[in-house]
Amino acid sequence: MGCENIEFDQGWGEMEKGIEKLKRILAGEKETPFTSREYMTLYTTIYNMCNQKAPHDYSEQLYDKYKETLDEYITSIVLPSLKDKHDEFMLRELVERWLNHKIMVKWLTRFFHYLDRYFIIQKSVPALNEVGTTCFLNLVYEDVHPTIQDIVLSLIDKEREGDQIDRALLKNALEIFVEMGLGQMNRYQDDFEARFLQETTNYYSRKASKWIEEDSCPDYLLKSEECLKKEVDRVSSYLHSSSETKLIKKVQHELLVLYVNQLLEKEDSGIKVLFRDDKVDDLSRTYRVYNKISQGLDLVANVFKQHVTIEGTAFVQQAEEATSNQASNTPGGHEQVLVKNILELHDNYMTYLNSCFQNHNLFQKALKEAFEVFCNKTVNGSPSAEILASFADHILRKGGSEKLSDEVIEETLEKVVKLLQYVIDKDVFAEFYRKKLARRLLFDRGTNDDHERSILSKLKQQFGAPLTSKMEGMVTDVVLAKEHQSSFQEYLRNNPDVHPGLDFTVTVLTTGFWPSYKWFDLSLPSEMVKWVKVFKGFYETKTKHRKLTWIFSLGTSHINGKFEPKPIELIVSTHQAAVLLLFNASERLSYSEIVAQLNLAHDDLIRLLHSLSCAKYKILNKEPSSKSISQSDSFKFNPNFTDKMRRIKVPLPPVDERKKVIEDVDKDRPYAIDAAIVRIMKSREVITHQQLISETIEQLSRMFKPNIKAIKKRIEDLITRDYMERDRDNSHMFRYLA
Amino acid sequence: MERIDNLFHSYANRSLGMIDPEGIETLCSDMEVDHTDVRILMLAWKMKAEKQGYFTLEEWRRGMKALRADTVSKLRKALPELEKEVKRPSKFEDFYSYSFCYCLTEEKQKSIDIESICQLLDLVLGSHFRAQVDYFIEYLKIQSDYKVINMDQWMGFFRFCNEISFPDFSNYNPDLAWPLILDNFVEWMQLKQT
Repeated sequence: MGCENIEFDQGWGEMEKGIEKLKRILAGEKETPFTSREYMTLYTTIYNMCNQKAPHDYSEQLYDKYKETLDEYITSIVLPSLKDKHDEFMLRELVERWLNHKIMVKWLTRFFHYLDRYFIIQKSVPALNEVGTTCFLNLVYEDVHPTIQDIVLSLIDKEREGDQIDRALLKNALEIFVEMGLGQMNRYQDDFEARFLQETTNYYSRKASKWIEEDSCPDYLLKSEECLKKEVDRVSSYLHSSSETKLIKKVQHELLVLYVNQLLEKEDSGIKVLFRDDKVDDLSRTYRVYNKISQGLDLVANVFKQHVTIEGTAFVQQAEEATSNQASNTPGGHEQVLVKNILELHDNYMTYLNSCFQNHNLFQKALKEAFEVFCNKTVNGSPSAEILASFADHILRKGGSEKLSDEVIEETLEKVVKLLQYVIDKDVFAEFYRKKLARRLLFDRGTNDDHERSILSKLKQQFGAPLTSKMEGMVTDVVLAKEHQSSFQEYLRNNPDVHPGLDFTVTVLTTGFWPSYKWFDLSLPSEMVKWVKVFKGFYETKTKHRKLTWIFSLGTSHINGKFEPKPIELIVSTHQAAVLLLFNASERLSYSEIVAQLNLAHDDLIRLLHSLSCAKYKILNKEPSSKSISQSDSFKFNPNFTDKMRRIKVPLPPVDERKKVIEDVDKDRPYAIDAAIVRIMKSREVITHQQLISETIEQLSRMFKPNIKAIKKRIEDLITRDYMERDRDNSHMFRYLA
Repeated sequence: MERIDNLFHSYANRSLGMIDPEGIETLCSDMEVDHTDVRILMLAWKMKAEKQGYFTLEEWRRGMKALRADTVSKLRKALPELEKEVKRPSKFEDFYSYSFCYCLTEEKQKSIDIESICQLLDLVLGSHFRAQVDYFIEYLKIQSDYKVINMDQWMGFFRFCNEISFPDFSNYNPDLAWPLILDNFVEWMQLKQT
C-alpha cells in the first residue's frame, strides 16, 4: 500500500465488485454473505480515497456515484418488476422491493460511511440514508403512489364489508407512505389519509342512512358500538396511530352525531320508550357511546330534557282538563294528584340519572331545566307555588286523608322541599305556606309540631333563613301561648273576683311573624267584653309597653244550642258566635239590624249569615229562603234544627286569599331587590352594570327571579337616594356611596 | 374693573345686592337678545352662576372678565364667540350638565318636572340633535312612568344622542346600564316604526 494515491477508476472498480455482490444477494442468487474482511476492504477504499490530497480527494465524486448506483439499480431492476402488476400483487411487489432497497441502502451506507462523517457535514448535503430514501421516492414512489392508494382503499372497503384481507401486507404498504415523508407525516396524510377519511365518511354515511330507517334505537347503538370497535382495531392493525383520533371522530359524526335526534326520538324504540320500558342497559349504552364523542352528551341530555319536559307538561295539562271537565268534587283534588305525579316523575328520573347517566352534571342540568318548565305553570288560575303549598298543607293536616305514617310524611315533605327548588317564585310559596300554617296552628287541633319544625328546618337549609324565620316565630308563638295559658289560669285562680265565669283561652301572636289580618271593629257580645278586660288585666302584669289587638275572626267558640229535638254543641268562629248570640235577645232580626248591632262590613257579614242559614247547617231560618243573602232578608232562630251528632262544627269557608298573597309578595319584592343591591354595592364598592345585575339575580334566586327592568328601576331609585352613583368616566360602572 | 362693577350696579337690585330676574330682562333687551334665548344660559354658564335668574357681583365679574367685556355692546359682540366656545365638544358636556343644575331652583331639589325638561332639552340640545330631541320630548309627554327627570337620566340622554345610532338604534342594548326611561323610549320608538 504505502502512500501511493488510489486512482478513482481503480478505487471505484473495487467498490463495484462489492456492489455487484450485494445485488446478487438481493436477487436471491447463491452468494456468501459479506465477510468482515470484505467489508473492511470496501470501507478502507472509501476512506483512503477521501483522505488523499487534492486533486485526488474523491469525496464528492464518491457521493455522486453512491446516488448513481442507487438510481441505476432502481431503474434497471425495480421499475420493471412493478410494471404490469396489479392489485395485491402490485402491493406485494412494492413492499418487497422497498424492503430490498432498504437493505441495499443499509449496506451501501456502511461501505460509504466515511462520507457521512465528514463530507455531508462539510458540504451540508443530505446524509446517505436520506439520499437512499429520496432516490426511491423520486423514481418509484412518485410514480406509483396513486395506484397504491387505490389498491389499499379497495382492500379496506373489502374488509369493512366482511371479507378477510392480508393485514400485514397493508401495514407494510402504509409504512412506505410514512417513511417517504422523511420524518414528516405529510406524504402519509396527503397521499393516503385524506382520501381514506373521505371514503370512510362516505361509507358510514351510506350505512347510517340505511340503518336509521331499518333498525331500532338500541340495535342501531349496538351496531355503532361495533363499528367503532372495528375501526379502532383497524388502526392498531395496519393504520398509523396518528389516524385514530381523526378516524373515530369521522365515524362518530356520521353514525351518531348527525342522526342523534332521529335516533333518540324514534317513535317505537327511542329514548321515551326506553324509559317507559325501563331499559336500563340500553340507556346506559346510549350514555357510554355518546360520552366518547366530544359534546356528544350535550346532544343526549337535550333529548332527555325534552322528554322529561313533555312528560311533566302532560301531567299539568291533565290536571287542567280534569278540573275544567268536572265540577269540583274535592276542591284542589286534581292539584294534589298533579303534585303526586310530579314527585313520582322526579323520583323516577333521579334514579335513572344515577343508574344510567352516572349523575353527570349535564343531565342534572337537563333535569333541572325540564322541571323548571312545568313546575312554574299555573293550573286553573292557581300558581304552582300555591299548589305546592296546598299540597304540603294537606299532608300536615293530621297526615292527610290517607293517614300516612310518620316516616312517609317526613319523606314526602322532604320531596316537597326538593321540588321547591324548581319553582321560581319561592317567595309566593312562602306566603301561601305561611297563611296555611297560621290556619293549621290556630284551628287544626293535633298539628304535629315535629313535622312542622322539620319541614321548616329543611326549607331553611335549602333556601336560607329569610324564607322561614317568620314561620319559625309563628310555631314558637303557639308553643309559648300554651305556657301563657297555664299562668293565666293561675292568675284567674288567684283573682277569683275577676273570673268571667266561662272558660276561654287566648293566644298571643307576635305581629310581623303572622300574616296580616283584617281588623274588624266588632261590637262584642257583653259576655265577651268581660273576657277581654280580664285578659288585658292579666297581660299587663306580665309585660308593659305592648299593645294587644284582638283578631276575633281567628277565634273559635263553643256554643250550646238549645234546640227542641235535642241540645247540640256548636263549634263556630267567634264572629259566627257573635251573630248567634244576638238571637238570645231577639227572636227575629233583619239584616240591617244585625249590621247595626255588630258593626261589620257587608262582605263579611254576608259570608257569616250564609254559613249559618244557607249552607249545610241551617241554624237560622232566612226569610225569604233563597240560596243567597240579600240586604233585605230577615233571620230567625231555628228551634227545630237537629243533627245526628251531639256536637257539630259549622264551617266558615275562608276568603280567597290568592289575589292578596300575590299582591303582598309583589309589594315586598322591590325592598328585597334594594337590600340585595345595597349588600352587593357595599362589598364590591365599584362594579359594572352587567355584574351588578347578574349578582343581584343570583342573590335573590332563592326567593324569586327579578326581571332586569325591575332591578334597573331600583338602581335608579338608589341613585336618587344617594346610596350609589354612576361612575364619572365609565357610564356602565357604579360606585357605592358610604 | 371699575367699569365692570358699575355696569353690574346699573342692573342690580339695590336691596338684594344682586342682579335679579327683572335686571336680567333689562340686560337682555339692552343686548337685543330674548331672555329665553340659550345664549343667556351660556352667559350664566360662563359666569358659573349658581341661582337661576340671579347674578352676584362675583359671578358678574367672572363672566365679564372671561369675555373681555365691560360694556353692553362689547358683551353683545362677545356672544357669537361664546356660542362657538360652548359648542366645542370639550365644553359642551359641561354646559349641558350645568344647564340641568341651573334649573334646580329649590334647595335639595334633585329632579326637574317633565314640562320644564322638555323646554330645557329643546333649548340646550335642540340645535345639536333635533330629531332625537323632538321624538324624546314627544315620548316624555305621553309616558306616565316618570313625572320628573333626575341628573342621571339627563346626562344619560346626552350620552344616548352621542353614542346611539338613530333612528335604527342598532347598537342599543337595554341590558346595559342605560337609564330605564331610555329603554322604554327605545321600545316605544321601535313599536312606532313597525
